[in-house]
Parts: sequence; C-alpha cells; structure tokens
Amino acid sequence: MSELAQNLTLPGALLAGLSPGVAAMLVMFASCAAVLGVVALNGMFLVWWERKISAHIQSRVGPMTTGYWHGWLQSIADGVKLLLKENIIPLMADRWLFMLAPLVVFMSAFMAFVPIPWGEKLIVADLNVGVLYIAAITSLSAIGVIMAGWASNNKWSLYGGMRAAAQIVSYEIPVGLALVPALLASSTLSMQGIVEVQAGGIWNWNIFAGGPFTIVAFGALFLASLAEVNRAPFDLPEAESELVCGFHTEYSGMCFAFFFLAEYSEMFVVAVVASVLYLGGWHDPLGLGILPGPVVLMAKVLLLVFVQMWFRWTFPRLRVDQLMYLAWKVLTPLGFINVFGAAFWLILV
Amino acid sequence: MLTQHRQTWLERIYLPEVLRGLSVTVHHFTRNLSLHIAHAAGLKKNVPAAVTIPYPDVPADLMPRFRGMHRLTRKANGTVACTACLCCETACPCHAIDIVPEAVDDRAIEKRPKSFEIDLSKCSFCGFCVEACPVDAIRMDTGIFDVAMDSRAGLVWGREALMGNEQGEGMEVYPPIDREDLAPRAREVSRS
Repeated sequence: MSELAQNLTLPGALLAGLSPGVAAMLVMFASCAAVLGVVALNGMFLVWWERKISAHIQSRVGPMTTGYWHGWLQSIADGVKLLLKENIIPLMADRWLFMLAPLVVFMSAFMAFVPIPWGEKLIVADLNVGVLYIAAITSLSAIGVIMAGWASNNKWSLYGGMRAAAQIVSYEIPVGLALVPALLASSTLSMQGIVEVQAGGIWNWNIFAGGPFTIVAFGALFLASLAEVNRAPFDLPEAESELVCGFHTEYSGMCFAFFFLAEYSEMFVVAVVASVLYLGGWHDPLGLGILPGPVVLMAKVLLLVFVQMWFRWTFPRLRVDQLMYLAWKVLTPLGFINVFGAAFWLILV
Repeated sequence: MLTQHRQTWLERIYLPEVLRGLSVTVHHFTRNLSLHIAHAAGLKKNVPAAVTIPYPDVPADLMPRFRGMHRLTRKANGTVACTACLCCETACPCHAIDIVPEAVDDRAIEKRPKSFEIDLSKCSFCGFCVEACPVDAIRMDTGIFDVAMDSRAGLVWGREALMGNEQGEGMEVYPPIDREDLAPRAREVSRS
C-alpha cells in the first residue's frame, strides 16, 4: 500500500502532518475504498453493457426506460432491488457456510484488483509476484463456489460446485502455460514491470515478442480465462438447462448480488491480465504517451470484455467431456508448444 | 430416414466454424448498432434496428381477425341486439356466459337478456359464442386484450359493460354498429 502514498503527491501532501502509522492506515483505507469503488462501478457498467450488447446481437433493444437514456440506470435499479429483497437461507442449509460463500467468491475477485497497474505511478501495490498473485487469488473463487454448492444442501448446487471445481482446476494449467511466454518476454512477475518492458508502440508489445507463439498464447490465455471465470460457452457450473442455476440456485438478495458482482469483476480481471501481459497495459499502440494510462488500459480491457460477451452470445454451452477435451488435449499441449517455441524464438530471433 | 451429415475435416477442427459464428453475430451487432445511431440522428427511420415492439408505448399491431374482448352489438335504436336465445351460452365450452332472459311486449323480438354476464376468468376466447349467435349480437372484434382486474368479481362483465355503456377507460372502442349491415346475415342464418 505504501507505493500509492509515495506515488500520489496529493495524499502525500495531505498526510504530511500525521504520524506514519495513522497515515499508513488512512492510505490503506483510501486504497480499499478506491478499489471497491472501481469494482462496484465496473460491475454495474458491465451488467448494463452486456444487456445492451446481447440485445443488439439478437435484434432486441434491451433496457430502455430506466434513466431515460437507453436504460443506463438499470444496474442501479437492479442493485437497489437486490438490496431490498429478502435474503432467503434454506432451512436445511449450513447457515454460516452459506453466508460466507459469496463473500469468499467476491473477495477473490476484489483482491485481484490490487496489483493492477493503471498508469506509470497509479497502482495500489506493485507486488514483485503480481502475476502469480492474481493467478492464485482468482483461483480461490473455486473454494467459494464449492462452499456455496455444498452449503445449499441442494443437488443442483452441489453439481454446480463440483463442476466449477473440476473446471477451474483443469483450466489452471492452460492459463498458467499461456502466461509463461509473456513472462519470458518481460523477465519479471511484477505487473508494473511487465508493462514497462512493453513501452514504445504496438511492435514492442509482448504479443509480438515471440513471433507466432505469443500470438497463439494470447488466444489460448483468452479462451482458458473464459473457462476460469465460468463464462459462456464454458458456463457449466451454472448451466441453466441442467442445473437450474448451478451453485447459486438457492441464493437471493444481496448474497446473489455478490456472486453476480464477482462474476463481472473476474471478467474484468482476466481481461486486465491479458491486456497487461500481452497488449502493453497502459501503453497506447503508437507509443505516443498522450492519453492517460487508465484510459488506454480501460479501452483495451473493454475491448476484451466485449469479445467475451460476443463469445457468450454466439456459442452454445460445451458438454463436460468437450470442456475437458479442450483443456487437456488442445490447450495444454498447445501451451507447452508455446512456452518452448517462445523461449527458442526469444533466444534465437 | 434421417441421413447423418458427416462433418468434414474443416468442420471437425471447429475453428473456421467458430469464426463463421462470430461473424454472424458481429454482423447483427454492427448492423443494429449503426441503425440505432442512424435513427438517433434522424436517418433511415424506415429500416428497423430491432424486432421489438415497445408495446405499452406503441399500440400492439393486431391481426384483422384477432379475438379480443367481447362486445354486445346494438340495434339501430340503441337497444341491445341480443334476443336471449341462449345459443352462445349453449355453445360456450367454458360455461363462461350466463344469460337471464326476460319477456318483452315487442312481438318482433319477444325476449331480451335481463342480465348477460361473461366471466372472463372462465372464458378461453375461443369465439364459439360469436359463431353461434344467429343475430350477430356478440362480437369479439374490439381488439382489447389487456384486461386486468384487482378482484375476481371484476372479471365478470355484465350487459351494460359489454355494450360499452359504462364510461370506463378504453370502453369507447365499442362502437355502436349499424343494424342494417347485419340484417342479411341474420336472415341467412335463420333460413338455414
């Protein structure tokens, strides 16, 4: 957290008169509030955006009334509704586990926002194991999903939880392998360090650093991360046609809202990871450095999120065996080829 | 017999088909989005960007033979055309119609409904009552389909309501029809 205090001059000036302990606490709270604000705003925007994109893809209009301009306040109205709704806990459910599960899922998505580099000096904490940290933290959501499935005391929820566990554990490997070529190209695990290596225009981005191998690795990372965050066409843990709603079948009110928010935050996080590792983070394609970092990063991330949504409204859901086939027989061998190919390319070319 | 389509090699590696699917959806997306933008700028208003009918804001587009709420037609003098023959009550498969006839002094008609009630909670809008009526006294051509009530009793519509005499909202669409138009049909029915 201390990086933020050192990097931002305005809080530094404000905090100059305080004792170091109090100042550190204040910075910590401010950072948490900032991250939470980004998470909440991002979730609300993406929900509305997805509804509009799906509507246009299917020749519908989507939300149009709330807020008088194309339903832009729809997410806030939905949020208020979910806040006011009764939080129903099934009688035979494990009460504590049931209440804890959405928080675990949300925390994993929330904490992944910490090492995101938004600009040259705009980062909450530049961890020297940033990529590893995000990969580890986002996988924690599997535990929350299994908790939700188990605690609901409902066979559909349990199936959803088990599927999520199998899926996230399987896709950890292709995701990990697809991260490696970018790390080879930038020789660091720090998110900020990876971005700094890619300065100076689109030709310096990691996606072109290893010839064809990094391009394929970027595609593999995108696909595998779709499966990591349980998005369609890999949304088996919440397959409506088979499992009612999967692991969050029994959830309602604010507990459901946390799952929902976590899903959209995770989408955002995997898009950030892909854009930081392969698409140059907050560097603009021409290397001019005119636009502020957050704007450039946001544009890249929203583009990737758009593609995620585009995939969702194009493809039907995979079967469980097809999902595992893709992970173990396609993406994993491809990941190994990419790692070795990119390594040789970086040395020889 | 079902002939199974054997997938070609290109289809089995999925990638070209995946790209084809993506191109279909993005074609829809860009077309609709650019049309929405053109509409906002006042262009291409005749090309719809969505198939959605914004129903409460725009009246629903009904087919000419759409069966909506019933109405009781009138004679030229404004009295109810129904002669209380109970044909519709007999024809009704849902027992939704309840007519109490009463005698009148007029030799031309002899009977008229003292009360004529349609229970909309029973009615299946099949239109058999319209087919059964020998004097075209009941029609379902009002085009009203959005009837909502806050009680079951409110769903029982009486004679006056069905004739449109009640000054409720939306009731003015029950127009009094010209009895002369109906005379040939009534005669034809009585002959057969």
